[in-house]
Amino acid sequence: MEKEQLNFVVIGHVDHGKSTLIGRLLADTNSLPEGKLESVKAFCEKNSRVFEYAFLLDALKEEQAQGITIDAARCFFKTQKRDYMIIDAPGHTEFIKNMITGAAKADACFILIDAKEGIQKNSKRHGYIVSLLDIKQVVVIINKMDLVNYSKEVFDNIQKEYNEFLTNLGINAIRYIPVCARDGENILSLSKNMEWYKDLNVIEQIDDFKPKGKNIEKKFRFPIQDVYKFTEGDDERRILSGKVVSGTINAGDEVVFFPSNKKSIIKTIEIFPKNDIASIEAGFSCGFTLNDPLYIKSGEIMCKTKEQSFPQVSRRLKVNLFWMGEANLLIEKSYKIKIGTLETIAKVTEIINIVDSSELSNNIEKKTQINKYDVVQCVIETAKPISFDLVQDHHYTGRFVIIDNFEIAGCGIVTGSLSNENLAIDQYVKEREIKWDFGLISREDRAKRFGHKSKFILITGKKGTGKRELAIRLEKKLFESNYNSYYINVANLTDGLDVDLSDSIFDKEEFVRRMGELARLFTGCGIIFITALDDIDDYDLEKIKKLNMPYEILVVNIGENNYEKFSVNLNLQANPNINLATELILEELKKQEIILEYYL
Amino acid sequence: MDRIERLEAESIFILRDAYKYFKTKNLGMLWSIGKDSTVLLYLARKAFFGHIPFPLVHIDTHYKIPEMIEFRDKIALEWKLDMIYGENSEALQKKYTFPDQKVDRLTCCKYLKSDALKHTLSGEWQRYRLDHNLKKYIKDAKTDPFNGVIVGIRADEEGSRSKERCFSPRSENNEWNVGDQPPEVWQYFNTDFPKGCHIRIHPLLDWTELDIWEYIKKENIPVISLYFDQGQGKRYRSLGCYPCTTPINSISKNVDEIIEELKTGKLANIAERSGRAQDKEDGGGLENLRRDGYM
Ligand SMILES: Nc1nc2c(ncn2[C@@H]2O[C@H](COP(=O)(O)OP(=O)(O)O)[C@@H](O)[C@H]2O)c(=O)[nH]1
Repeated sequence: MEKEQLNFVVIGHVDHGKSTLIGRLLADTNSLPEGKLESVKAFCEKNSRVFEYAFLLDALKEEQAQGITIDAARCFFKTQKRDYMIIDAPGHTEFIKNMITGAAKADACFILIDAKEGIQKNSKRHGYIVSLLDIKQVVVIINKMDLVNYSKEVFDNIQKEYNEFLTNLGINAIRYIPVCARDGENILSLSKNMEWYKDLNVIEQIDDFKPKGKNIEKKFRFPIQDVYKFTEGDDERRILSGKVVSGTINAGDEVVFFPSNKKSIIKTIEIFPKNDIASIEAGFSCGFTLNDPLYIKSGEIMCKTKEQSFPQVSRRLKVNLFWMGEANLLIEKSYKIKIGTLETIAKVTEIINIVDSSELSNNIEKKTQINKYDVVQCVIETAKPISFDLVQDHHYTGRFVIIDNFEIAGCGIVTGSLSNENLAIDQYVKEREIKWDFGLISREDRAKRFGHKSKFILITGKKGTGKRELAIRLEKKLFESNYNSYYINVANLTDGLDVDLSDSIFDKEEFVRRMGELARLFTGCGIIFITALDDIDDYDLEKIKKLNMPYEILVVNIGENNYEKFSVNLNLQANPNINLATELILEELKKQEIILEYYL
Repeated sequence: MDRIERLEAESIFILRDAYKYFKTKNLGMLWSIGKDSTVLLYLARKAFFGHIPFPLVHIDTHYKIPEMIEFRDKIALEWKLDMIYGENSEALQKKYTFPDQKVDRLTCCKYLKSDALKHTLSGEWQRYRLDHNLKKYIKDAKTDPFNGVIVGIRADEEGSRSKERCFSPRSENNEWNVGDQPPEVWQYFNTDFPKGCHIRIHPLLDWTELDIWEYIKKENIPVISLYFDQGQGKRYRSLGCYPCTTPINSISKNVDEIIEELKTGKLANIAERSGRAQDKEDGGGLENLRRDGYM
């Protein structure tokens, strides 16, 4: 009989008795290697130390030397019912990263509280973390009942206080168990010293945990992990790969992708080395080929059209966030985030509420950073619209991490999708223009002197479509007609202004920002500024347009027009006739009254 | 979906993330020819739909049991693997080895495995690459370092391995800071790293020895015959160099019998690597070797 292993984690403030509890569970269920218990006992005797069940866990020399559990080490044990993996999450604040790592894998969790010491700041923090990690089954163990004379009153008081706290976080603890871990009371059998407690003991509780649901009943979600086209051996397949995180799907089903909104039909389901797979369900890593040769990117979410259950698409997310980075998280600073299978750029634009903080003053107004171990409710804004779910709908696509200094430094869950109004960039541009020192010469003064208004002409299109040729000829034509035109090839920025940028998504974002700011500077001087860009999408264009404001942009696209949201001003064939193309652009400039007819 | 299927799905997910983030940064996979890394190799074929889009790296100590090398090359040709091996030619030449009685077992491991691995990955020492037309190894002209290395270790093998992350950064000197590792949360791994650092990727951490054998059975994965009793009542449970590896007493002749043997708990109280003499030299030896880059 196949028994699926269940993972649970034990979380608690340091010295509240985690290791003792785990040592006891291992010893009492005969899960220790033969002779282990005896040898540890003998070791203690020889070194005149009192034997501790906690010693059993010290797998590493180093740990024994330090006397603290340094990582979410795993131990295994089994009961009649099934196999278990215990994740021992260290309680020391310094090791919170390890605790998070361990606890994120758990199906269920025990929060341990010392009856004598009561609820510590850390016990609360552990509650916040459990709610952020979205662990559904929570049981609270009140340990060291021997130190409070097995008093029901003490137990009840702690239960009452802590339960109120957990309820506020949306956690419904399954039950509270009073134990004395050291003496094994209420672990494997009920304790004589606490006859007032008649509910499940710890082992019974463990057997009572439910394994994680398989999500098959839920609506279908397939976040695209990667897209493969291996050519070796004449392989023609273009495979969308990933893991089915919920629901089921059949070959022949119609699918739709988010945020791109593209549609197609599943041609084949791919699992090496099988052929002809008719359907696949949640939990499996597989691949799909489509009837149409769509350009789908990693990070998109594939859904079934007929289910009509689609993810959110937005640029603004309301989230709960736990920060554990060495450096504080700065509001308005761009960070790399991962959500679902997408990696993108985002920033926190607003703190809504500080849930837990090590700082004394909780003044949200003045808060411009999120400190280490803060739990906050905030708004995250991504550089481009992304697709995601609310955590209560689909947890896989409803939780995210933030990366800083090469490490996962924050994690959180999405609780809301906000409208795209009030985007940070609009706010920024507005403020920038208010603060701008315009000197004594107005925009109109310049236009009058130059005989034309300023404009940013951006030529887009794939590589090799004749963008540069058009740009330089246009510059010359304008110049010869007495207009102040200036062309910049972006390649010239690479070694200068943009020398610090690499090809990471992060730097691409920064490149776009600088382009927009640069355009604002040139258009501000009153000239017609011309440049050409390839590999630029709807949202980049939108961003550049906004950053160039209050001045105007004119976008000329050459070749295939892939812009769905951004409407370009002119669309020309690839490698256009240059004279004709410059004429068309001049026409457009006249139409917009950038240059005036009679000046020509 | 049973346990094995779940483990398979997770390992494939990790392999694909490794490829996603490291394909442009020189990714390679270590293949020791043993059962674990052979399962890993098979999982990679699954992850990439029959292809393996990165090279396999083997460290040849030249004291490997000869069948292992035969097996390696047979599979490499059959599965069209981009196969590379490296070695510590200087130590071998000067006979700084345990079998030559010049150094102790642990030092020998350090020279022939850790050092060879480190310098093969960094590209400082000569690598040999399998030429599929000539069917033999030729000197590899490429010397760029591997920045991502996929390794088939399991958490249940011994203490220090249970502290590993799926994506684990190693500093320039191959150092591993056990106490201060970045967190791994949910399906997210640490895939960014500073220059000079490289990443070890561990898709098999959650597998047990029994899982490995059950998967070998389910998918009919070829493994080397040394794992089976050939009639002498002995078989290898873990493979290494012949001077330091001894078979265990067991009469399991095939995969089914090994699964039975593991399930009934006959081996429950014997460590899996008990046939590996270097582990015994010193209690914390393996952890020290791991910090130095030994897998
Ligand atoms: N009196 C009493 N002491 C306990 C009990 N459980 C654990 N301890 C002691 O509390 C101390 C800390 O326990 P340990 O398990 O190491 O705590 P951890 O830091 O949470 O792993 C040790 O000295 C234990 O002996 C208990 O039920 N009663």
